[in-house]
Amino acid sequence: MRMTRRNLMQATAATVLTGFSGARAAADSSGPIRVGLLTVKTGPLASGGIDMERALVMYLKERNNELAGRKIDLIVADTAGVPATARTKTQELVERDNVHCLIGPLAAFEALAIDDYIRQTKTPTLSVAAAEDMTQRHPNPWFVRGTSTSAQCAHPMADYCAKDLKFKRMITIADDIAYGQEMCAGFQRVFEGSGGKIIQKLFPPLTAPDYGAYVAELKTDADGIFLGLAGSNGFRFLRQFVEYGLKDKIQPVGGMTALDEAVLRNMGDEALGIVTACWYSAELGNELNKKFASSFRKQFSYDPGFYAAATYVEAAVLEAALKNVGGKIENKDAFMAALRATNVDTVRGPVRFDEFGNVVGNVYIRKVTRKDGRLVNSVIKTYPDVSQFWTYDPKQFLANPVYSRDFPPAKNLEN
Amino acid sequence: MQFWIIQILNSLAFGGILFLLASGFSLIFGLQRIANLTHGSFFMLGSYIGASLLREHTPGVDLWLAALMAGLLVALLGGLLERLVLRRLPGNPLGQVLVTLGVAFIISDACLVIWGGDPIPVPTPRAVARPVIVGHFAFPTYRLVVVGIAIAVAISLHLLLERTRLGAMIRAGVDDMQIARAVGIRVSVLFTCVFCLGAGIAGAAGVLGGPIFSAYPGLDADMLPLALIVVILGGVGSLAGAFIGSFIIGAIYTFGSTLFPDVAYFILFLPMIVVIAYRPEGLFGRSRA
Amino acid sequence: MTRLLMTLAVAALIALPAYAGEFYINLASQILIAAVVAMSLNLLVGYGGLTSLGHAAFVGFSAYVYAWLTTKLGIGNGVASVSALAATTALACAFGLVALRATGLSFLMITLAFSQILWGLAYRWVSVTNGDNGLSGITRLAPFGTSLDSAAGFYWATLGVSFIAFLAIAAFANSPFGATLRGVRDEPRRMAALGHNVHLIRWITFVYSGFWAAVAGLLYVNYNKYIHPSALSIANSAEALLGVIAGGSGTLGGPIAGAALITILKNYASAYIERWNMLLGFVFLAIVLIVPEGIVPGLQRLVARRGDRKK
Repeated sequence: MRMTRRNLMQATAATVLTGFSGARAAADSSGPIRVGLLTVKTGPLASGGIDMERALVMYLKERNNELAGRKIDLIVADTAGVPATARTKTQELVERDNVHCLIGPLAAFEALAIDDYIRQTKTPTLSVAAAEDMTQRHPNPWFVRGTSTSAQCAHPMADYCAKDLKFKRMITIADDIAYGQEMCAGFQRVFEGSGGKIIQKLFPPLTAPDYGAYVAELKTDADGIFLGLAGSNGFRFLRQFVEYGLKDKIQPVGGMTALDEAVLRNMGDEALGIVTACWYSAELGNELNKKFASSFRKQFSYDPGFYAAATYVEAAVLEAALKNVGGKIENKDAFMAALRATNVDTVRGPVRFDEFGNVVGNVYIRKVTRKDGRLVNSVIKTYPDVSQFWTYDPKQFLANPVYSRDFPPAKNLEN
Repeated sequence: MQFWIIQILNSLAFGGILFLLASGFSLIFGLQRIANLTHGSFFMLGSYIGASLLREHTPGVDLWLAALMAGLLVALLGGLLERLVLRRLPGNPLGQVLVTLGVAFIISDACLVIWGGDPIPVPTPRAVARPVIVGHFAFPTYRLVVVGIAIAVAISLHLLLERTRLGAMIRAGVDDMQIARAVGIRVSVLFTCVFCLGAGIAGAAGVLGGPIFSAYPGLDADMLPLALIVVILGGVGSLAGAFIGSFIIGAIYTFGSTLFPDVAYFILFLPMIVVIAYRPEGLFGRSRA
Repeated sequence: MTRLLMTLAVAALIALPAYAGEFYINLASQILIAAVVAMSLNLLVGYGGLTSLGHAAFVGFSAYVYAWLTTKLGIGNGVASVSALAATTALACAFGLVALRATGLSFLMITLAFSQILWGLAYRWVSVTNGDNGLSGITRLAPFGTSLDSAAGFYWATLGVSFIAFLAIAAFANSPFGATLRGVRDEPRRMAALGHNVHLIRWITFVYSGFWAAVAGLLYVNYNKYIHPSALSIANSAEALLGVIAGGSGTLGGPIAGAALITILKNYASAYIERWNMLLGFVFLAIVLIVPEGIVPGLQRLVARRGDRKK
């Protein structure tokens, strides 16, 4: 079969040609520190991913690309928001570029896809992704998360709704993905624990083209609705929610990504007055943030939000840990211990980590107001020292199953 | 009771948009047997162009004008695609799949570069901004307007096909391409015209759908399967099929999401599978000789 | 001469881990997995004339069965693999019965619909699939006790399996049955008039194609040690289809070239070119304009023409 073999030959040529490269020599302690950024630059999650890169590059540039006396080489990888690609890119960063540590990834399922690989290669990872169990029931010792678990900001939001807004009956709606489910579960637990009732839980598919059908389903006698949608979906849902005249009937409150600064800049008066909870706001008054927010705005013409602040905070944590070990990142165990022991002031406020590597820090309740002609998230209340376990005992928390659509079970749903 | 009324209105509105989206695809596929997988991207591109045009708040540029302009621009792009590329692939359906998807990648990445990753709203025309009151509920007036537009477009296309010379040529081509050629119809010009028309409708539909969907990355991937489902269900080459199919899908989506949330993911595909399994040419399609 | 080049190429492939870094060995494994998916799809598309946009369903289903059996039910890897293959083949039998009632675009849509249904199930049936969190903690097969955890070890195993797949698919395509299949692809009415059972022939091809997709699924899940509903997405099916078409459907080497092209662009070029998606689109455009029948047939044509000119 001459045809066959020629085909095979031509086809394998491509494969063979890619094989010519040896591994790079490992660097010694005086060479540059290579940091890998796992982000999403193409596809529907690209908006957050681009912000992640921008803020990180800005942080490094402000310090002349040098942290703790050593030069920093940043290598950016685009995972396209697909778990298999995230794994490939992580391998590329670790095996080909020999990075010393990773910042990112963005999405929870990406973090889960590279979980075992990080353990195997012992790569310190400063995550943005919110996958709960990676710092709970299956904790990864090489993991540190400076942002939040899915529910970490939902707990105080529920507390605020019950105690400050005095809501009694609420609806939750979120994308039908782990992030949305975990967030609503956390919200439900604290809200019902404070005497409230969740009367309706909706989980539209992530790729729902239109929310009209869901808006029409909402029970109009609820006090409020908790929005656990992210990015474009949150934006679109809210628009339709307002169009159907529901804003005056059911008060919308949001999770940490619902009215992120990136989405807010394209919204109008319909967003005014909406309350959300997040570990960051571009309006935070601490010195570090004032400087960060204004230079970000100057460079990119919009306020930094969740994703920009995420990498900026992780970078601050990285720098603090590096200073702690005198720049010697090669000693992985010492560096990891230093990372976890970090206690540093950042643009979000003070940051430290619990025994599982998850952040303990402030969570802010924000309200959308108009300032200088643009919409901003003004901070109206601060919950200090919030951990992933809220006020619950960690051991008891972990003994329960992980947050999901069905846990905690919703007992107050009305039909 | 009110719930049902609102959901029926929702079904109609969604069906209307689907028809605007699917009619272009149906035209192109009906005549040229090209499955234009770039169709979702044409829709998205139209949305983005419309959003940009309206963002400047230039007086005189309202949604309708923006839809017309976006439609023309996308029609032009479609024409280029047809003349320069698709024309060279007669009888190569796989090549058509490859190139239409390839162009879809290019357009979607270009949109990301030009407009960034965040969703951009398309403002509702002020004249219909105030909602209609249905019982305790407000229903966005614009959605009802969209139903009206869909019906208007359906009637216009029907008249085009049944009453004009161009329409007669198109119908002749759909029925029997070779005889049409033999009779002297300039088929290659016809193809380009129809492709432009189909693409243009998609682009305009993108703007008209803007107040409902907004322009965001991924809109093309969300819309393309819907167009395909409607056309297959309704029957290839049949405009009436696309019209009825749109509203059927609109109703199934709306009621399905609310009454059977567990199957929300594939509620749209089930009726299509059932129809194809029993009547492979779709509800109104004609089996090709 | 060709035989010598062939042997050299195969030797180079086998010896890859000796001269390539770990990243490139892993990249090669990924190319091989994509190649098996593409080859199996090509049976349907190229030889059968049935364009399917739902192939990822079989790859993903096989991966999920393996993952579920090993992580949730604690069944051994070997038994789980066989079960995954059997289950997916059964699924292909069932799907084929319904899908083959249609042809052309309708067939495309039904295959798309089936894969979307599986995709939706993977997201919603959380008790089995863990939904959006996916199934982790998967361990690789250890045939005869040898661990495949190293990049090189896994690569050799994948190379072996891919080679077997290639031979099996080539045998199928070049057999008398394959000739009949191509006849059915080109002239279904005449073949029916000649007494062939067109439906059965297509169905057998569908099932055989699904089986090898299941094999690819096993390779996939063993490589990633993680499975997520996105493995069943339209994007994955589309990628496989594009690889087949770009490389040249209806040839044996075409899908391999196409799969290699897409994998390299996606996983390698994306490190250097930020707009790699756009580049991929332009590459497809170029292929369609220059070698519309695909890379491999196009290259053959160009080489043959040069050969003619030399004479």
